[in-house]
Amino acid sequence: MIKLASTLACAILLTTAVTPPVLATERPTDPLDSPRWSDMEKGMLSGAPYVFDTRVRVDAPGTAENPLNVPITIDATALADVKEILVFADFNPILEILRFYPDAAPAYIGFRAKLQQSTPVRAAVRTGDGVWHVGGTLVNTVGGGCTAPSMGSTSSEWQKRLNEVTTRTWNEGPMSGRLRMRIIHPMDTGLIAGIPPFHLESVVLSDEAGHPLARLEVSQPVSENPVFTLSRGSTTGALQAHGRDNNGNTFNVRIPQ
Amino acid sequence: MRRLLSTLIACLSCQAWAAGSDYQLTPLPIAEGVYSFIGEQADFTPSNGGNIVNTGFIVGTEGVVVIDTGPSRRYGEQMRAAIARITPKPIALVINTHHHPDHFLGNQAFADAPIGALAETGKGIASEGDAFAENLFRLTGDWMSGTELKAPDQTLQAGPLKAGGRSLILLALKGHTDADLAVFDEDSATLFAGDLVFNLRAPTTPHANLTHWKDTLQALDAFMKDHRVRALVPGHGPIARDARPIAWTRDWLTWLDRSLRESAAEGLDMNETLARPLPEAYRDIPVSGAEYRRSVGHLFPAAETHSLQHNN
Ligand SMILES: [Zn+2]
Repeated sequence: MIKLASTLACAILLTTAVTPPVLATERPTDPLDSPRWSDMEKGMLSGAPYVFDTRVRVDAPGTAENPLNVPITIDATALADVKEILVFADFNPILEILRFYPDAAPAYIGFRAKLQQSTPVRAAVRTGDGVWHVGGTLVNTVGGGCTAPSMGSTSSEWQKRLNEVTTRTWNEGPMSGRLRMRIIHPMDTGLIAGIPPFHLESVVLSDEAGHPLARLEVSQPVSENPVFTLSRGSTTGALQAHGRDNNGNTFNVRIPQ
Repeated sequence: MRRLLSTLIACLSCQAWAAGSDYQLTPLPIAEGVYSFIGEQADFTPSNGGNIVNTGFIVGTEGVVVIDTGPSRRYGEQMRAAIARITPKPIALVINTHHHPDHFLGNQAFADAPIGALAETGKGIASEGDAFAENLFRLTGDWMSGTELKAPDQTLQAGPLKAGGRSLILLALKGHTDADLAVFDEDSATLFAGDLVFNLRAPTTPHANLTHWKDTLQALDAFMKDHRVRALVPGHGPIARDARPIAWTRDWLTWLDRSLRESAAEGLDMNETLARPLPEAYRDIPVSGAEYRRSVGHLFPAAETHSLQHNN
């Protein structure tokens, strides 16, 4: 009993900055007040404990002019021991946008996504204790992002350039440690009749010795020709990137420092 | 009290009515027989009904040449009525300078006249026109009721053109879109520049190629000198008697281009680029913040691609 009490006290101490994780009887209120939240909680977080946490920063335009290319930046570097970042949109026909595992990298990622209509965009960040820390922002858009054909699927140019990778790293100045990577891929959602889903599925970044730096599981709502902004943290030297799409096409590139 | 209230309600509804149907188009005389309708320097809103554009007309010995027809059927009809108050002459030719919706969605009101545009403009109107109209419905509402796509039925080419008894020179250019027509009226030395020139109103860039556009502005500047242009009608913003709007537009585009390239070279992503403050000189320019943000969406991906290096 004494032990339990001290464990509890410890838990309370650790979480004073945020709302404590949900217990069966009390549920935190969605700060974005989305009618879909209870579905998200069950479907995306599988009933695991979670808190809404302002330390998870989700940056996206309040009004996105182009629903095919909505910039989203997730910064969870204020949290310690981040295992996984799950990004999803409550009102997208395909909810999950991507999962990011920052194995040895800072918990920071930027990319662009397709949104079908105005929706909360969320990042659920799982820390080592198994709790999801949820941040989010509302994006208004005229919609249609998921049911518009990609430029790629309507032209033949991408076939020659599929999985072509361009990158750049910044090693000094305010952006020191930053890595940007663009991959040519149509990212077809499969929501348009006659165009099957065809999308990048995974990207693994590792250091020169092959130790994983970060892993990405990419879903269809990520924009065509994805551009990822990542931070390499303190990892120096060249990096390697290995990618694969749902049709088994792969790429393997070396990114010089 | 009740009386006051009903007066207030009557007044409000009367304003709402005025706001919903009358564009109050007043032709601004520019030169002998040359007029323009000057739109608001704003975004499309339910209160302006999309009247954010400059249109115009030129009265010749035989008929009237109409340059752009505004954002809706209603605008086109009211424009035509305003023209009829100036001259009883028939419409000899309607010109659509390019395929943006505020320049051609009034075509329906001129369906009995020839409507001309560059070949690429005609194609753009046919392929994107309906989506544009839908978007304007969403942004402005009731003003758009009854508006349907009426595509140009004549293909115009660069060079001299006699229309309505007036001598025109058509300039087939590009940069704001893939096909931008500028119309020069020889008698009055008036240049209708379409959206190649914006004046003190932030340029729009959904189909822009900044390199082409800047080259075109240089060519327009030379044309202004060679032809001693006396009046310049920009697509948006006040008319001018000199070439300053050309320089103004070029300065904006040069800044925008440089700023996006710098941003990409420094490693900023799109959200960080969106968050960059505008230069002091542009902060009070109408819709500058909104157009900058839209331009980032249109043009930053290309700047970004440019900043990255091949790995495979
Ligand atoms: Zn335009």
